[in-house]
Amino acid sequence: MIPAQFDYVRPADLAAALKILKEREGEAKILSGGYSLLPLMKLRLAQPELLVDLRDVKGLDGIRETDDEIRIGARTTHRRIHDDSVANDRPLLADVAGGIGDPQVRNWGTIGGSVAHADPASDWPAVLLAVKATIVCRSSTGERTIAAREFFLDTFTTAIEPTEVLTEIRLPRRVRGAGGAYTKLERKVGDFATVGVATIVRLAPDGTINSSGIGITGVADTPFAATDAEKVLDGQKPSDDLFRKAGEAAAAMSRPVGDVRGPADYKRAMTAEMTLRSLRKAVERALAYA
Amino acid sequence: MTTQHIRVTVNGELREADVEPRLLLVHLLRDVFGLTGTHIGCDTSNCGACTVHVDGESAKSCTMLAVQANGTEIKTIEGMADGAALHPLQQAFWDQHGLQCGFCTPGMIMQAAWLLGQNPKPTDDEVREGISGNLCRCTGYVNIVKAIQQAAGQLSASESAPVVAAETTEPATAG
Repeated sequence: MIPAQFDYVRPADLAAALKILKEREGEAKILSGGYSLLPLMKLRLAQPELLVDLRDVKGLDGIRETDDEIRIGARTTHRRIHDDSVANDRPLLADVAGGIGDPQVRNWGTIGGSVAHADPASDWPAVLLAVKATIVCRSSTGERTIAAREFFLDTFTTAIEPTEVLTEIRLPRRVRGAGGAYTKLERKVGDFATVGVATIVRLAPDGTINSSGIGITGVADTPFAATDAEKVLDGQKPSDDLFRKAGEAAAAMSRPVGDVRGPADYKRAMTAEMTLRSLRKAVERALAYA
Repeated sequence: MTTQHIRVTVNGELREADVEPRLLLVHLLRDVFGLTGTHIGCDTSNCGACTVHVDGESAKSCTMLAVQANGTEIKTIEGMADGAALHPLQQAFWDQHGLQCGFCTPGMIMQAAWLLGQNPKPTDDEVREGISGNLCRCTGYVNIVKAIQQAAGQLSASESAPVVAAETTEPATAG
């Protein structure tokens, strides 16, 4: 399969990339790792006129920690995140980064590319929604931050403007008593999620759930935050009964469509089940990090 | 459509070509450079038959553009043997019957080589995880895992071999 014709540029720095995006507004697509975009171009579901490859742009990869945030450069590969020490501190990140595609995909695929691509079944968006991450975008006129929960607008559609580049993802650092997990149901290793559920809980000293976050992928037009399920959890004592109720609330918010990964009813049931399993693991980790 | 001039080092040799931006790396290797050892299996980045190394990292060359690889160092299955001497992975796939039809083998060996570079003494589970992006429809993977473990043993033994050799030969030369 051969993509339709396009132009290709590899700007030397971000300023040059942003200039091109402005000059060719609406025609250009950013290329990062390519493992999401190129398959769509080969199927001719995407036919951009211009690819702007960020390969030579410095300063977009790497992981930095501030007092309250983990800041991941957009061009950081899944593998690098998986192998980084932040993934030890936040096992949720290792859960996700280690389960995307296969080793070759993780060698080249990047967090920023994946998030900007916004496939409705991709893994990172669920985590970003659960932890209430912030997404940083740059244009030739400056920088802005977008809350993850306002970022995913529709299938393959985000709040990024055509003249902007996603430069960084910022996640709050883990605090004592907090734990997270990502539970993915897949037909086989390396498949897209049939449903993927990222959860984070923070326990109060008395053992009740102080706050929670749930992000779900694969079962709607776009990854979404299961806010109704969060309301079920907050202020309550963790238990399987409670997690089941949260799972039901999450499933009620899902809008799955039947496809090769199963009928809609099955996906709704699995949304509830994966929410339960993810919460169990998140609470276990929170207790171990009291 | 305008072409772009690219320079890549393939198996240690500098090569140049004028390519359309839409040319895939696997087509550059096979159709332009004539290196047909790299196979096209699924053409959708699932099967791993097209796996090569780009700047030392394993990649699926059906999901990378030739222009993306401009300026990189590429290693393909043709770069593994040393003349007539097979690479330990190639020899191990032979010894352990790690192939039947052989279609997946070039990609499987390139992925295994990358894996052993990362993790010279993997467990069987780590081998299976490491080749999870490479599909074989003949062997059931058992002999592939055996082959990779044989090569892992040989490669880690040969890495320590020169040190041992130097120690044992030194008294002889001194004497």
